[in-house]
Amino acid sequence: MTSHCRRPEHTAPPDVFYNEAEAKKYSQNSRMIEIQTQMSERAVELLNLPEGQPCFLLDVGCGSGLSGDYLSEEGHYWVGVDISTAMLDVALDREVEGDLLVGDMGQGMPFRSGTFDGCISISALQWLCNADKRTHSPPKRLYTFFSTLYSSLSRGSRAVFQLYPENSEQLELITTQAMKAGFGGGMVVDYPNSSKAKKFFLCLFAGVTGALPKGLGTETSDRALSNQVQYSGQRCRFKGMKGKSAKKGRDWILEKKERRRRQGREVRADTKYTARQRRPHF
Amino acid sequence: MKLLTHNMLTSHVKGVTKGYPLLIKATEVKVNEVDFNPQFVSRMIPKLEWSALVQAADELGQRQDLPGELVPEYENNEEFLKKVHRVLLEVEVIEGCLRCPESGREFPISRGIPNMLLNEDEV
Repeated sequence: MTSHCRRPEHTAPPDVFYNEAEAKKYSQNSRMIEIQTQMSERAVELLNLPEGQPCFLLDVGCGSGLSGDYLSEEGHYWVGVDISTAMLDVALDREVEGDLLVGDMGQGMPFRSGTFDGCISISALQWLCNADKRTHSPPKRLYTFFSTLYSSLSRGSRAVFQLYPENSEQLELITTQAMKAGFGGGMVVDYPNSSKAKKFFLCLFAGVTGALPKGLGTETSDRALSNQVQYSGQRCRFKGMKGKSAKKGRDWILEKKERRRRQGREVRADTKYTARQRRPHF
Repeated sequence: MKLLTHNMLTSHVKGVTKGYPLLIKATEVKVNEVDFNPQFVSRMIPKLEWSALVQAADELGQRQDLPGELVPEYENNEEFLKKVHRVLLEVEVIEGCLRCPESGREFPISRGIPNMLLNEDEV
């Protein structure tokens, strides 16, 4: 999130920014395609769909249908919504399997309630945080989007948005509007310590979350609650060194030598022979 | 636009309370072959507005012998599921428009993509 690189949503509204030239990149640039596919894979993983069941999904900001391709590969059916007609033209040329619509997220999703089993969106949500017209109010548009999306999802399903938030205020704006619309859930950050691989996913739950509880007697499970850490009296200082003596490892010796060096004693230099076992003697 | 999508689409023009079902005025309709997935079709049937589906198929002249009422125990009736599959996923509207039954607003369809964008005074 560097300030010197210009964010696309600051340059022009999405229907203008994603013109033919920009849209072409999404069908030809292999790096872009790879990143988009990877993010879609992760988003679908976070959707936690029931296994082996073809689902009906919504792809918001589907663009050229790269994320949709992955959905089709997984055996799902999808409807894609995008505001850029140039991007949808690319999707048509690529002969994607999903159905496409031109629509603006901020105007709400025009679907009957309970239609979809889930919703994914790759790098689209941040566009809603900008007011491109005098009449646009980002909080209002976000709320309209989330409330109509909430009703179009079936109960217990999820919506996963990959996004590039500009700052923490923007994230807060997005999450508060989602919560206001009735969603539960929150942010999932992948690789939070890497500036390049870091990815933000907003995971929203519509209605009840989690799998159906199992009937009694179907499984021999321990009675411990899953969301509580179990008490253990054991200290786990030497957890990684099962069966080995804690005081004979190379790390321990190096640490000891370092300690002695700090004390100002005479210590032999660390070499490849340090802590090496001697040859066997009879 | 497939009829499955049409069955789920509503008009979201400001002030419209029940913009459903959208009337289809088609000038070009195509029938594409799509792989038959009985599991998906029988999963979608409870979600469908059956009368809207029959009406849409009628409007396009693609109803053939689709029954006006939902058949009981359709899960194991492969012949019936195939008929529903054809109407839901194979029939596509390429050119035409969708008309909101309440406000009369028309949403154009071109190259198979309905344009659901609203004007600023309709939001």
